[in-house]
Amino acid sequence: MSEYLLEMKNITKTFPGVKALDNVNLNVRKGTVHALMGENGAGKSTLMKCLFGIYEPDGGEIYLEGQKASIHSARQAMDKGIAMVHQELHPIRFRSVMENVYLGRFPGHMGVVDHKAMYDKTKALFDELELDVDPLALAGEQSAAILQMMEIARAVDMKAKIIILDEPTSSLSDREVDHLFKIINRLRSQGVAFVYISHKMKEILEISDEITVMRDGTYVGTWPVSNEKGEKLTIDFIIKQMVGREMTNQFPAREGKPSDEVVLKVENVCSTAKKSFQNVSFELHRQEILGIGGLVGAQRTEFVEALFGLRGIASGEILLNGARYSAKSPGFAKSKGLALLTEERRATGIFGILPILENTVIANQRNYAHLGILNDSKRRVDADAECKKLNVKTPSLNTLIQNLSGGNQQKVLIARWLLTNSDILILDEPTRGIDVGAKYEIYNIMLEQIAQGKSIIMISSEMPELMGMSDRIMVMCEGRVTGFLNKGEYTQEKVMALATQFAGRKDNTAA
Amino acid sequence: MAETKSRSKRLMTMGGLIFLAIGIILYFVKEPMGLNRKIYDLPVFLIIIGACSALKGYMAKEKTEEEAALAGKTFSEFLTNNAILLAMLVLVVVICILQPRFMQIRVALDILTQSSTKLIMALGICFTLLIAGTDLSAGRMVGLSAVVSASMMQTATYANRFFPDLPQVAVWMPIVIAILACMVFGALNGFLVAKYDMHPFIATLAVQVIIYGACSLYFDMPPNNSQPIGGIRPDFAQLGQMRLFNGVYRGFPGISILIPIAVVICIVIWFILNKTVFGKNVYAIGGNREAAVVAGINVFRNIMGIFILASCLYGVAGVLEAARTAGATNNYGNGYELDAIAACVVGGVSLNGGIGKVGGIIMGVLIFTIIQYGLQFINVSPMWQQVIKGVIIAVAVAIDLTKYRRK
Repeated sequence: MSEYLLEMKNITKTFPGVKALDNVNLNVRKGTVHALMGENGAGKSTLMKCLFGIYEPDGGEIYLEGQKASIHSARQAMDKGIAMVHQELHPIRFRSVMENVYLGRFPGHMGVVDHKAMYDKTKALFDELELDVDPLALAGEQSAAILQMMEIARAVDMKAKIIILDEPTSSLSDREVDHLFKIINRLRSQGVAFVYISHKMKEILEISDEITVMRDGTYVGTWPVSNEKGEKLTIDFIIKQMVGREMTNQFPAREGKPSDEVVLKVENVCSTAKKSFQNVSFELHRQEILGIGGLVGAQRTEFVEALFGLRGIASGEILLNGARYSAKSPGFAKSKGLALLTEERRATGIFGILPILENTVIANQRNYAHLGILNDSKRRVDADAECKKLNVKTPSLNTLIQNLSGGNQQKVLIARWLLTNSDILILDEPTRGIDVGAKYEIYNIMLEQIAQGKSIIMISSEMPELMGMSDRIMVMCEGRVTGFLNKGEYTQEKVMALATQFAGRKDNTAA
Repeated sequence: MAETKSRSKRLMTMGGLIFLAIGIILYFVKEPMGLNRKIYDLPVFLIIIGACSALKGYMAKEKTEEEAALAGKTFSEFLTNNAILLAMLVLVVVICILQPRFMQIRVALDILTQSSTKLIMALGICFTLLIAGTDLSAGRMVGLSAVVSASMMQTATYANRFFPDLPQVAVWMPIVIAILACMVFGALNGFLVAKYDMHPFIATLAVQVIIYGACSLYFDMPPNNSQPIGGIRPDFAQLGQMRLFNGVYRGFPGISILIPIAVVICIVIWFILNKTVFGKNVYAIGGNREAAVVAGINVFRNIMGIFILASCLYGVAGVLEAARTAGATNNYGNGYELDAIAACVVGGVSLNGGIGKVGGIIMGVLIFTIIQYGLQFINVSPMWQQVIKGVIIAVAVAIDLTKYRRK
């Protein structure tokens, strides 16, 4: 019996033109949580896909409980006790939760499904994980947190020995994270091993036993989170290993102050949807970063989308530079100098199958057209300049954007909106799922824009980012503005208190 | 990396020059050696192929090292990327061996002529495919356009005139009316899809039925009463039957006017897709509709534009069909849309939207015509031709999809 449950030795994987993995090792002990860390593009996901049989490694070996294992498909991986909970979950929306849990292995005889057994088994599983969800409810109506638990339940039912969690907390509220950790702890004590991929340092230090760090497709090292003397690794140490240099400041220094000039005045704006935002009022000053804080379900995204003309506004008044503004359509909002970087990069941001060039200039085509005919070289020059300025790492502008890492995709999207020369940038979770280095670059871009006289509205669910970047924080809860906090007076506790003002009701509606 | 690149370039240039040389030699020796009945116009083909390949090899852009690395083509990848083309080449060689008469300029021109209207349709339908839609009404629009244009283009002396009292109007007028009629229905397609977010399959199915009904009503109007429209004016028929450079040298059959028309339309569509805001928006909407909305693209207007432009091309195809055959019935164009979709798909247009090039569509249409023409040429039964056509669609798309599924 080997010391390790899982050993991946010298895994190498090459894609055309890129060496994605170069002799990477990963050793996971039984009953531990093993954090896998690295910047985006470091190769974490590729390594996990090799383990899960989605990619075939070009070199290296995988050992499970000391036995050499060859895994060629997700099915084989599952048969060998490996389960993976992906970052973005795609349940079968119009089928019940229990059918999703037992998808591909419905209980029954001779092709006839035993629904009662399925219901009972799902119920028992959920009880064990302290999940209060009706197995018959539609999967599409469940929150991201529930769907994740559903996947974990599935893994537990399949007697998985290793569960891979890819960015499990990226869309969970703090309370949901606590629940997740409780479940992880219980399963860990039963001997299940976890590979935990996340960018959130605090969580990693809280939940994991060992950390393996990767950088640019290579193996950097593995460390226990706390040594024999009980000393813990520091965040600075981990960041240093990840980026290969010292990172003293998480946020660049902000110079100057917002001016007194009001560029956007929102008064009593209500959504056409009943359960969405109501009576939102605020002022945005020139050269100000207004952070919007709140929990999942606070309707922040819905509000900014309405501001950009993507959703309906029933009542209220919006003044843009003193003139009445009605959010008719995104095209209209764009023409009035608004820009929206959406929360879901893949769903509503990038055009995956188009090259970087097209992705960069798509919102700004009119400026390169004369009577509808495009000036190609001008587009190329501008896109190239903007991408270089934002330090997008790519072989050429003709590369498909889907081949870039998340951080670089986000930079291309920001470049897209900077090209439109908008006055007000609305950034919805601008650094979600992005590595530390790229985050810092994006913060710098934001400050540059401010220095040029623009204004920014930023939604963020990451407390340090919200407090580190905002000049002022507006907190929303359940579609209402619950308060404003000025720079210097905000603390995590104050923001949380405002964000959970209607906490009593929260349990029924959100989650 | 640069070495392999320049090697493939050199290979292409050299190969082209060798073909060119063999072609020229054969051209001059075929008469004295009595090969005329054995190889027909093969030398001319060799000269053309050789010259094109040499020119392409010579002109090929130096790729940057990174791009060359990303392309990183191996021999097997080359095979999968060009499988259908290679299969077609093999078939052409086999047909040539079985039936040397196939190697004639006349045959090549025939194939191009037959491809022309199909190509115009395919170019129209590719817009709807590029936004992950489809257009089932295309074939019926061809019928509508043919009937409308033919009905106003009959000679004054013809006994059975559609409009007995219609004066001899200018040729362009009925053409414009026919195309406008198609565009009205194209706008209806677009409206249903863009306004109600209806799936194009359903929207265009409904419109297809409406068009056929409307066209039949028109066709059934007294005094015509559903009789095939004939007695087409020669100046209109010229639009589809004229042959350019007829007999410039011994035995040259002339180039059908349909070929230059199709070439011009290809260039226009290529320009629209690659060089205009509208074209870029089509790819964007097909690539990710939600993101296109967020980027401020007016999706409604663009989808309307797509269906109207497509219907305009069907209208052109219908007019050309009426002119070519010097007649029309309400059943013209029936089922053309499926051939056009098949040709697009074989030419690499993705039904998931966002992927497709004019060059591929031309290739797809040509492959179908060549195979159909070639099989007829060696007397394969029409029933077997159908089977082979179906197999080609399935195999071509299967190979195309494996490109995207590489691990």
